[in-house]
Amino acid sequence: MINPIEQLNKVFDNRIRLGIMSALIVNSEVDFNELKELLQLTDGNLASHLKTLEDHQYIHVKKGFIGRKTNTRYSITKTGEKQFKQHLAALEKMIRSMQ
Amino acid sequence: MNNQSESIETIRDIRRMMERSSRFISLSGLSGVSAGLCALAGAWIAYPYVYGLKDYIINPEAAVVQAMVADYSILLNTWLFWIALGTFLSALISAFIFTWIKSKKEGIPVWGNSSKRVLFSVGLPMVVGGLFLFRLLDFGTFGLVAPACLIFYGLGLVNAAKYTLSEIKYLGYTEIVLGIISMWFIGYGLYFWAIGFGLMHIVYGIWMWFKYDYKKQQA
Repeated sequence: MINPIEQLNKVFDNRIRLGIMSALIVNSEVDFNELKELLQLTDGNLASHLKTLEDHQYIHVKKGFIGRKTNTRYSITKTGEKQFKQHLAALEKMIRSMQ
Repeated sequence: MNNQSESIETIRDIRRMMERSSRFISLSGLSGVSAGLCALAGAWIAYPYVYGLKDYIINPEAAVVQAMVADYSILLNTWLFWIALGTFLSALISAFIFTWIKSKKEGIPVWGNSSKRVLFSVGLPMVVGGLFLFRLLDFGTFGLVAPACLIFYGLGLVNAAKYTLSEIKYLGYTEIVLGIISMWFIGYGLYFWAIGFGLMHIVYGIWMWFKYDYKKQQA
């Protein structure tokens, strides 16, 4: 049997990145400010985690404007969704194996 | 090994975030209570006009002309229109204030994806219902105004329940049932209206306040 710990995704080893993915999997699009309020983070902190997820191509970034203000919206990619679900399945296996 | 409790903690985090981002759970019980009180006050003020103890036309001379040319502005010339508008706005504003305070406390955006979905879900049946009411008044079918208010509002609540506290659907079902019953008690519309919009909001609001807000303060 494969050790379920090996199936856990390192990218999701962080509470903030996990939080971002959780919000994106149930919403078609979430904008930067809303994520900031949901996760109670500073701009810089949130931006760096979003960048990591973007680099792995787990999330899709859409830059836009509302009036003159920039408005960046995020959505989950097919890859991101697959990886997140695998991560959840691995967590589930881990809990089961220990019962 | 505490890997298990760690995984459970992680899953709990994920679940909480999914809930927080997809359901608007900052709807305060006090919003229900305040909206209910506004409705009761509105019904109390409207009572003498509805049951003919006072003339509901503001300016009778203008009304004669308006009635002859079938002018829609006759609506603005009735006390009942302004009482209804005042009741609706005061209920909406007071409900918004308590929910706004709660969402600030919990750090949930008051104007986010989830609250927009709630507003759209309640709003769609209400706007359609509003147009329907307008035509009912046009035909002078005043007896069906209260039932239609209750039914369309109830449908809106049931529709919105999947995006906010799911218990709101019980309030919705109650409004729909009250609305349907009241269709066979024409003439008692204002009583049904006061029970549905006044009493039921207050009962629901207190229940929600105890279930979510009070318990949280105790913990």
